[in-house]
Amino acid sequence: MSQLWIVRYLWLIPVLPMLAAGIGALLKRTQRRVSAALAIGAMSVSLVLAIFAFVRMLIDPTRQVVNFRWMQFGDQWVTLGWLLDPLAAVMLVMVTFVGLLIFIYSLGYMAHDDNFTRFFCFLSLFAGAMLGVVIANSLLLLFMCWEVVGLTSYLLIGFWFHRPAAAAAAKKAFITTRVGDLGLLIGMVWLYAQSGTLLFYDHGVGCIEQSASAGMAAHVVVAGMAVSTVIGLLIFCGAAGKSGQVPLHVWLPDAMEGPTPVSALIHAATMVAAGVYLVARVYPLMSAHALEVVAWIGAITALFAACVAVAQNDIKRILAYSTVSQLGYMMLGLGVGGVAVGMFHLITHAFFKALLFLGAGSVIHGCTEEQDIRNMGGLRRFMPVTFAAYACGMLALCGFPLFAGFWSKDAILDAAHGWGVSRGPFYLGAIGALLTAFYMTRQMYYVFFGPQRVTEASVSAGAAGSHAIPAPQLEPVVSPRPGEMCAIEDPHESPAVMTRPLVILAAFAVFLGFVGTPAWPWFQNFLAGKAVRFGWDGFREPGVLTLMLVSSIIVFAGLGLGWWFYGRKSILRVTDPDALEQLQPGIFHALANRLYVDEIYDATVIRLTRFCAALAAWLDRWIFGGAVNLISWLVTGLGWLDAGVDKYVVNGGFDEGCRDVGRGGRLFSRLEDGRVQNYLRVIGGALVVLALLLLWGHRG
Amino acid sequence: MTAAFLILAVLTVAGGVAAMTLRRLVHCALALTVAFAGLAALYVNLGAEFAGLAQLLVYVGAIAILIVFVVLLTRGGESAPIEIFSPAALAGVAIALAVFGVLAWAVKTSSVGHSSWTGAAAGAAPQASMRAIGLALMQLYVVPLEVIALMLTAAMIGAVILALRERPLDKAGTPPVTELRVG
Amino acid sequence: MNPLAGCLLVSALLFSVGLSGALTRRSAILVLAGIELMLNAANLNFIAFWRYGPHPELLTGLIFVIFSIAVAAAEAAVGLALILAIYRHARTSDVSEITEMKG
Repeated sequence: MSQLWIVRYLWLIPVLPMLAAGIGALLKRTQRRVSAALAIGAMSVSLVLAIFAFVRMLIDPTRQVVNFRWMQFGDQWVTLGWLLDPLAAVMLVMVTFVGLLIFIYSLGYMAHDDNFTRFFCFLSLFAGAMLGVVIANSLLLLFMCWEVVGLTSYLLIGFWFHRPAAAAAAKKAFITTRVGDLGLLIGMVWLYAQSGTLLFYDHGVGCIEQSASAGMAAHVVVAGMAVSTVIGLLIFCGAAGKSGQVPLHVWLPDAMEGPTPVSALIHAATMVAAGVYLVARVYPLMSAHALEVVAWIGAITALFAACVAVAQNDIKRILAYSTVSQLGYMMLGLGVGGVAVGMFHLITHAFFKALLFLGAGSVIHGCTEEQDIRNMGGLRRFMPVTFAAYACGMLALCGFPLFAGFWSKDAILDAAHGWGVSRGPFYLGAIGALLTAFYMTRQMYYVFFGPQRVTEASVSAGAAGSHAIPAPQLEPVVSPRPGEMCAIEDPHESPAVMTRPLVILAAFAVFLGFVGTPAWPWFQNFLAGKAVRFGWDGFREPGVLTLMLVSSIIVFAGLGLGWWFYGRKSILRVTDPDALEQLQPGIFHALANRLYVDEIYDATVIRLTRFCAALAAWLDRWIFGGAVNLISWLVTGLGWLDAGVDKYVVNGGFDEGCRDVGRGGRLFSRLEDGRVQNYLRVIGGALVVLALLLLWGHRG
Repeated sequence: MTAAFLILAVLTVAGGVAAMTLRRLVHCALALTVAFAGLAALYVNLGAEFAGLAQLLVYVGAIAILIVFVVLLTRGGESAPIEIFSPAALAGVAIALAVFGVLAWAVKTSSVGHSSWTGAAAGAAPQASMRAIGLALMQLYVVPLEVIALMLTAAMIGAVILALRERPLDKAGTPPVTELRVG
Repeated sequence: MNPLAGCLLVSALLFSVGLSGALTRRSAILVLAGIELMLNAANLNFIAFWRYGPHPELLTGLIFVIFSIAVAAAEAAVGLALILAIYRHARTSDVSEITEMKG
């Protein structure tokens, strides 16, 4: 059947960035402009195509599917395909748009790096793979792109691989997500076994379409769970690994060792969202029990990460834990409210979290690679644009009324409140929202407000120890003690190539939420393929206004608490203790150590793995190696034996035989001694014998 | 088995044994002569007078003399040699005894060996007149006669050539031209 | 024992005596002498068979013996000439010393 050209050529969207990556891999290190041009160009074209696809979906939201045969196994074909529906269209536009902005930002951020070319190559590869995950119609194709996404995440986290911390973080990320991917793989295989296909939509016989899911829901297998529940939970394992749910969240904070654009793109906006997207994609497969599990894990993650974020001191680490927390919210939304609720928060989060990360990158760039918030302070004077954009992002994240995050988080809390199973997630989410506001406020005060923090000359983080700059006169007035200097020398605003994307993202952070308000629930209806109209009666539904009020109060409470602790009295010195730490040192200390999750893993899983590795090494060296050595000794021994036999028996026998021949010859040569009389004797003897023979014979 | 036959036989055999066992070569030659003569007498005793005479003429008259000449020419008769028997002589004796044993046994076990054998031995000696022998030689056996003549000629020439004294090499080292000096 | 057997025995004895001499004595001349004795023993055999065998009027044995004596003469002449030649070459007439044909 004739399909629209955008549907037929939808595969260009992921393939173009991959091509750019392929070509970029062949470039020399000095061809920076070419590499950047390739990446940004490919991404731009993909963005245009994605907008076309989105417009198509606006016009006609029916799902379009293109399947093609890929490989033959005996008499079976492996079929892959891509699809285009409202969910995919929204993700396409988000990924390409945010990706393009981050690419442009990277031009400025990585300008001083030697490996500029490699960076853009990896970025393009990542973008291509992520887009592949979005449009994949086959779970197999999705898994393949999923793995490439994981690979590029490894490559990009460990971009500065000569730093041991970065290399270790890359390894940790890869291995942790691998643990989750194992569940995904098992679920995939089981799904294939159950439904005979890995295509999502295939004219009614796809694995998540009606015919398959009904059969799976009926079949009960393990611990009273239906097959669809088990498969759904296994697939959620993969999603939990990629999206940093507890207990597989440990890699995300360490992944901040990568460059900031990487953190923004991968670990805020797109890759971590892939897990959420996966759950949304296989949503028809998830039974009510599975969704229960998803919701609880999401809620626990949200609260856990928010608690830990309160006590962190690295600007990016706070944002990392914030990301984990927000991912928990997304899962919670998927669990309690459905695809639209979770995806709405995903979309808004992508924008404001990317904004926050890029802003943090701008701060780090302006403070000459300083990342500890205790060394910053008063930066709003020096980086006004960054500050303004960051503030927008921060308010959106907290859920300040009318910003983007408000609407999306509100939708989640609304659905959680109305969840039939339990109110628990709602309360966890509410406390998490409070804490979110609190720690973001803390971060703002530490970084942007107050005077520039001062430190002793010998322990100052950024200074080379030469001339002391007296602290500027800021409010409140602080006279530095003699011998003290600013912790950060010469903070400055970032170049335009970095601040312009910030501004664009800030606009989205403010206004994007309006596509999903109760008055005009365009986003939710768009995803469901329904028509939508603007109407104020959305607000009049019971509980909506009340909940909006409640969440606003929570946000203000959090902001107020943050001001109470950190805003009233300026923090002057680097070594000044944290206000909360002064209040509750024990809890603060535990939170600062990330609730010791990494240490627990180290003591249990890592030790077990090391033990198994040592065991395998011992086995390999002694048992298998021993077997091989045994065989080699056996062969050597046989060879030695053979040599001995050859030397003594064969050669000896042969030599002895030859000597016997010689002796025989010498014996017989005595007959030919030249003495005629001897010859005569022999003849005489022969005559006797002959005569005897004749006579005997004659007689006989 | 008359007495004459027995005596002659003993004489012949004794001569032979003596010829083969005496130390000095000349003595051996003489004993050989006695043996030949005994044999001639035996031939005559058996009625073959012509053969006996021929034996005397040729063997005793020529061969025995020849042997004596050669003994003299090879200085074998001057002094008795230290060793007269060659190494492993006993093997030779044993073989000779074996041969005699075989022959005697053959004679004994054949039809000839029986005492009651009757041939034409009953008294009558055959007539071997000269005329008969001459006629036989000239008629029946003329070809062998001629061949024998040729053979004798060849043997004579060969013997002479063999026995010629070689001249030593001259100064240049070439062998001398073999000349036949007659007279 | 009939006369023929007696003659045959005598000739056998003579033959073995001659053989023993030919096989045991060192001197080449005596080897030749032994051979002559053997020949003579054979001649005696012929005569005996002529005398006591059938058809003595054919004179076969007698003629044979005549020829044999002639041949023996020629052979003795040649043989003794050989012995002389060997004596001149090897300075000895000891048969056990002449081993140039060894091998």
